[in-house]
Amino acid sequence: MDLPTKKFTVTRADLVRYAGASGDFNPIHWSERFATKVGLPGVIAHGMLTMALVGRAVTDWAGAPDAVLDYSVRFSRPVPVPDDETGTEIEVSAQVKTTTDEGHTVLAITAVCAGEKVLSQARATVRTTRLGK
Amino acid sequence: MCCQHLGNTRLHRASPAAFYDSSMPLDPSAVGRSYPPTPPYLVGREKIREFAKAIGATDPAYHDPEAAQALGYADVIAPPTFPTVVSFASNNAVVDDPDLAIDYSRVVHGDQRFQYTRPIVAGDEIVGRQVIAEIISRGGHDFITTRTDITDAAGEPVAVAWSKLVIRGEG
Repeated sequence: MDLPTKKFTVTRADLVRYAGASGDFNPIHWSERFATKVGLPGVIAHGMLTMALVGRAVTDWAGAPDAVLDYSVRFSRPVPVPDDETGTEIEVSAQVKTTTDEGHTVLAITAVCAGEKVLSQARATVRTTRLGK
Repeated sequence: MCCQHLGNTRLHRASPAAFYDSSMPLDPSAVGRSYPPTPPYLVGREKIREFAKAIGATDPAYHDPEAAQALGYADVIAPPTFPTVVSFASNNAVVDDPDLAIDYSRVVHGDQRFQYTRPIVAGDEIVGRQVIAEIISRGGHDFITTRTDITDAAGEPVAVAWSKLVIRGEG
């Protein structure tokens, strides 16, 4: 079963807000000068922000904010965030992979930004009482 | 392999890389090494709201104590990746461990996993206990996985976080 695709916009302002809320003030997430100096294409989103946005998709699909039992990702590519009004977009989709012995649902998740997979091997195990709501 | 650098303010410091041979793979005998528990972190209601707002999570259970109580929790609950606020800080203990001699300017965040016993709830006083779970050297890169057990004031499990850090080789 394919779950409905969700889209998340990430702007520079979002990165600043996430840095403050999470305590991750690594300058690669706010300084173009620093990011390019260490060989990145420019300022990139916090991997943990991408994971958090995908987490929103997971709780939405599961239909409850406390439904997630296990959640794992691999950060396969950076998410560059341009310094403009529109930012960038992460598109998140998932398939129901399997049901565990306990009756929980395992989702295989895909997150794409600018045509590239930014997460690989992303999985979530959720309680499924209201899946797909 | 190009991911998110870890470690915040340390990137401003001078790199100690010149003082040791960073081509040496990490010593696998460090697997099992544990670190002192983090100081207790008192989870504030406003901190959860701030974190939820920063990621655009609007579910009432993250913001409204009554909505969380309707789900059976004492106060607002945190979104799934909130434990990073604690595990991120405790990863610094590993990256700063002088015995490991990790060149933090080469560290990127490779993988992240959370396993939950229950959501973090405002009012929790949580502690992270960290252990090195795995060290692999492959293709000139080192991969170190830390496991952080997050417990509440009663010592009951709340969540477990695994972070795989990639220490990129030279060139």
